Amino acid sequence: MSGTFLGMPAFPPGVSPGTTFPQAAARAVRDERLRANLRRATRTIRDKRARAVAELSDWAGLRAAAKAVKDRTLSRLDHHLVRLERQVTAAGGTVHWAADAAEANRIVAALVRAAGAREVVKVKSMATQEIGLNEALAEAGIHAYETDLAELIVQLGDDRPSHLLVPAIHRNRGEIREIFARRMADWGRPAPDGLTDAPAELAEAARLHLREKFLRAEVAVSGANFMIAETGTLVVVESEGNGRMCLTLPRTLISVVGIEKVLPTWQDLEVFLQLLPRSATAERMNPYTSLWTGTHADGPGGDGPEEFHLVLLDNGRTDALADRVGRQTLRCIRCSACLNVCPVYERAGGHAYGSVYPGPIGAVLTPQLRGTDSPLDASLPYASTLCGACYEVCPVAIDIPEVLVHLRERVAGQRGHRLERAAMAAATYVLDRPALLRAAERAAARTRRLHPRRLPGPGRAWTDTRDLPAVPAEPFRDWWRRNRG
Amino acid sequence: MRVALFATCVNDALLPSTAIATVRLLERLGVDVDFPPAQSCCGQPQYNSGYPRACEPLVRRTVRAFAGYEHVVAPSGSCVAMVRDAHPRIAARAGGRLPAAVAELTPRVYELAEFLTDVLGVEDVGAWFPHRVTYHPSCHGLRLLGLGDRPLRLLRAVRGLELLELPEAEECCGFGGTFAVKNPAVSAAMAADKTANALATGAEVLCGGDNSCLLHLGGTLRRQGARLRPLHLAEILASTEAAPWRAAP
Repeated sequence: MSGTFLGMPAFPPGVSPGTTFPQAAARAVRDERLRANLRRATRTIRDKRARAVAELSDWAGLRAAAKAVKDRTLSRLDHHLVRLERQVTAAGGTVHWAADAAEANRIVAALVRAAGAREVVKVKSMATQEIGLNEALAEAGIHAYETDLAELIVQLGDDRPSHLLVPAIHRNRGEIREIFARRMADWGRPAPDGLTDAPAELAEAARLHLREKFLRAEVAVSGANFMIAETGTLVVVESEGNGRMCLTLPRTLISVVGIEKVLPTWQDLEVFLQLLPRSATAERMNPYTSLWTGTHADGPGGDGPEEFHLVLLDNGRTDALADRVGRQTLRCIRCSACLNVCPVYERAGGHAYGSVYPGPIGAVLTPQLRGTDSPLDASLPYASTLCGACYEVCPVAIDIPEVLVHLRERVAGQRGHRLERAAMAAATYVLDRPALLRAAERAAARTRRLHPRRLPGPGRAWTDTRDLPAVPAEPFRDWWRRNRG
Repeated sequence: MRVALFATCVNDALLPSTAIATVRLLERLGVDVDFPPAQSCCGQPQYNSGYPRACEPLVRRTVRAFAGYEHVVAPSGSCVAMVRDAHPRIAARAGGRLPAAVAELTPRVYELAEFLTDVLGVEDVGAWFPHRVTYHPSCHGLRLLGLGDRPLRLLRAVRGLELLELPEAEECCGFGGTFAVKNPAVSAAMAADKTANALATGAEVLCGGDNSCLLHLGGTLRRQGARLRPLHLAEILASTEAAPWRAAP
């Protein structure tokens, strides 16, 4: 598969398509502050989620329903998308189809220019981060202002998001205070004098800073959590109210949404509005749920802004849909529950995944969207112990370990795996011949006093931190033959 | 009751004491144990590394080796999970008669704790092990097999044994097969946290149901110079006053 350009010009420091996950993770593991921030944050959300989920007696049923709805929808995705387009258009909106990041970015930039605007306010959106929209707009002379608190922290800090839902999870309060005090003045209203790291003060500084942007903006850019085909309605769920501001104040709204976000009916939405908040923020219901249909200017039943554009984004999704095992990844509702339980994510941090999609879901989504050509993308399917904690909490039952192993098979078929393939074949050759296996075990047992505790070369990956196991005096096979055979 | 022991390749080659303990334990409970010598590895290293075709001969071998036994028991949650979860997938791709043969075998394959509590219906196996023990539930037994508190119920019934709760017990130890060498830094960080939690309990023995995880944790503990000893559940359950557990020579 050819790599689709995901539009991420700025990789986190030390991460590039040429570096691998283990290299970046090894650096992150040594960063004590990062590990402490991540450990505290992920464990807090993890425990709260478990309590919120335990409140519902029919969680397993909801999960099964969500999986079934998504699978049914994905199996006839073309039909539902065409229906969605018809309904959005009938309600006064305009639908654009973007095959990849470059096309989506061109469409959005042209729409902003046509609206006569030089700046946009943004609702937190994974799809626009995936395509690198902010950077593309900047090249077109358009300022994009992130209005989600954590995205604001990331943007002001010239940083990269490291979590789907809590993009500044790698920052603590002290670091956030420093970023606000240093950078807010460059972007608009400065931080108040004497700003401390009290959460209420930090939130107030962000509110004041953002308020003038909401009131001034002519154009907003958003993603969407769901699109309902039967009425052409878009849904954004959020916690801070910044989304509601962006979706209702500016004259023009442009929503960039992955094609897999469509749901056939409002009845389907009911399932997901129960699953998403509990899985994502451990809330029974999120504070703000905004739904709009088309425009309010014309068309019957429309209640959106004066002008509404929907950009439907493929960018590798139809490739994933064509894959028998991989397509379940498209069920993802971006809740990030899998990140919060992942022991690898907790120690490697989000930046090591080199994608806006970190953690277990990133390890299966990024290689499917971008391909597995680069060393970074080829290393992502191995960024897991296959412990299964992610699958256990996934509200749409994506069997992430199954997809990881499937993607490993894809990577193992590429160049650079000849030695590993030969080693695996050799192992099977011996293991499939009991006489040979027994001879090998006996040879190892006879020479056991000579075995080193530390290995040179690639073996150091084990023996740098662990002793090698001692080989026993005789294998079990021989004991059995002597005692029971 | 005629039962085949699926020793697993790790136990056969590196930790025969666990397979021997399983034999003695089952025999003590009146089970007629056999070791079909045609058995080998379940193919998990190949499968999880992305070489499912390399597992196919081992799936066929497993089916042949255990044909005709009423039950197959393995002292490894991970290998049993491999047989239950992945062997049907590999067989489906191979086609022919293999899918039916695998489907016939898998319901007969049990992890040791599961076999004791669910098939034999025992929790007190008559064991004696006068030591402080903490238990790490390995991921595949915990999540793929759903072993739940079966191992803990077995341990609580062991006379003389003081069971100490392991903090953050359900978190992976960082072994993950080839993960341990492909992502050594993260693997070592996870092992460091797991061993720190185990040491904090004050236990003398770190018990588990998967020796591959215990080799990784044991290697880490030895490198740290810690005195905490990793030990498979089977070896604790096999220990009695008449024949107490002793370290292998």
